[in-house]
Amino acid sequence: MESVTARTHNNFISQKVNAISPSGIRRFFDLLSSIEGVISLGVGEPDFVTPWHIREAAIHSLEKGYTMYTSNYGLLELRQELALYLERQYGVSYHPEQELIITTGVSEGLDIALRAIIDPGDEVIVPDPCYVAYIPDIVMAGGIPIEIPTYQKSNFAISAHDIESKINERTKAILIGYPSNPTGTTLSREELSAIAELARKYNLLVISDEIYSRLTYGSNHTYFASLPGVKDQTISLNGFSKSYAMTGWRIGYVAANRDIIEAMLKVHQYTMLCAPIMAQLAAIEALKSGEGEIEHMRQEYDKRRRVITKGLNNIGLTCPTPQGAFYAFPGIEITGMSSEEFAEKLLIEEKVAVIPGSVFGKHGEGFLRCCYATSLSNIEEAITRMDKFVRRYRKS
Amino acid sequence: MKRILEILQDSSQTTPEQISVMLGIPVNEVTRAIKQAEQEKIILKYKTIINWAKAGRKEVLALIEVKVTPQRNVGFDSIADRIYQFPQVYSAYLVSGTYDLALLVKGENMQEIASFVSEKLAPMEQVQSTVTHFLLKQYKEDGEILRPTKNISRLPITP
Repeated sequence: MESVTARTHNNFISQKVNAISPSGIRRFFDLLSSIEGVISLGVGEPDFVTPWHIREAAIHSLEKGYTMYTSNYGLLELRQELALYLERQYGVSYHPEQELIITTGVSEGLDIALRAIIDPGDEVIVPDPCYVAYIPDIVMAGGIPIEIPTYQKSNFAISAHDIESKINERTKAILIGYPSNPTGTTLSREELSAIAELARKYNLLVISDEIYSRLTYGSNHTYFASLPGVKDQTISLNGFSKSYAMTGWRIGYVAANRDIIEAMLKVHQYTMLCAPIMAQLAAIEALKSGEGEIEHMRQEYDKRRRVITKGLNNIGLTCPTPQGAFYAFPGIEITGMSSEEFAEKLLIEEKVAVIPGSVFGKHGEGFLRCCYATSLSNIEEAITRMDKFVRRYRKS
Repeated sequence: MKRILEILQDSSQTTPEQISVMLGIPVNEVTRAIKQAEQEKIILKYKTIINWAKAGRKEVLALIEVKVTPQRNVGFDSIADRIYQFPQVYSAYLVSGTYDLALLVKGENMQEIASFVSEKLAPMEQVQSTVTHFLLKQYKEDGEILRPTKNISRLPITP
């Protein structure tokens, strides 16, 4: 018994989790809550409330007593509606009974996808910068993230050529999410086709996070799985959060071939069991009659997108006009500051919250994520305050 | 044009410069489109929605159902015209159903509306009958909800 040494509290935590650094966003949150009168461009969700007819459908479901578990896959009616929607919207067809699982958002979808496919040491290729959860989720699933640097000069688009240079026998999958959080980048059909080509050539899986697929401006979004010959090698992740302003409902879905779905279902059924039934019923209503609101919200974001991009460029924070999602990703080179220093000082001195690009990866350093899912007057005021700040710190 | 009108309908104070940025079109095009809409009476007027109850003004509104006798050749338009010219009539509609005209009538008090109905409206030759509903409480005006709503705020920082 003497050989047993006392555990310090920290020893309880697994090495895997210990190795993950806490989200840089969290630290900011704590700082922010101590300051009043802040205009936040730091959110990652719509500023719209879920459309009333969708909320009303959920209220109705509660009144009627729909409070039980659903099938692990999710309500069949929802999967049927989804299959119709994906066919209609993107020309990609999934079998509602075999190729779809309803999840608690893309967050869960990504987790079960990675856990279903990764063996220890498998490599997953991701763009850098990318959404905050991608890398920790790969690590937690036992995989090794391989980051592909992307740059503002090429609009933060991941290049198939760079991906190919990192492919080896341990490469299992490519994880992409376009339109991108944090950069607002979209990939053209050609750019996506080049990635599809690699997937076919090297027999790789592609996990495509399509959560911002309805928020593109100017060009139509190509669903990765709709490209010729890659559907069976693609896991599509999607949800209702961004397009229908339903972030708090935690409702999304994964679509993939039957074998992968079966594997993901095992993880899903023993962890989540099923998505909340009221959110599933609300999602049915959203699919049946939410198209009008999607377009209305998209048009609103579109106006704000132009206002913020023009404003940022005017004050010297250069950014190309984002083509998707609701983020602008300007560079702060003219100040010579690190993105974290910039964001922290800006918050304290001018009370504007933005997210330092470094939170999203090494190559996000030197940039800020500014979310324009907020009112036009907030955007204008934020730009005015940022202008004062930049003037103060601009290297002459 | 439609998108410019939508912006102005939502907020008539938006300047052509702002609209130009929002829609990504040149300012002079915006100015021209607005001028054209004004000339063609597509834009009728720039107004402000005011919550008068909150501003302390006492005002009474009534919805009046009016049954009328249509006239040869002119149908309901001629009698409607005689009615909606009264300044007390705030809005006027021809409607389907059990009555013909629906009027929103405004007055300083109930008495004022009652006398408008009894002295002006009801005595008209083509008016067969009227039913007056005084409005008790206004919840929404022109798409804007007037009751104070609690602002549900998002977390200021989310991934």
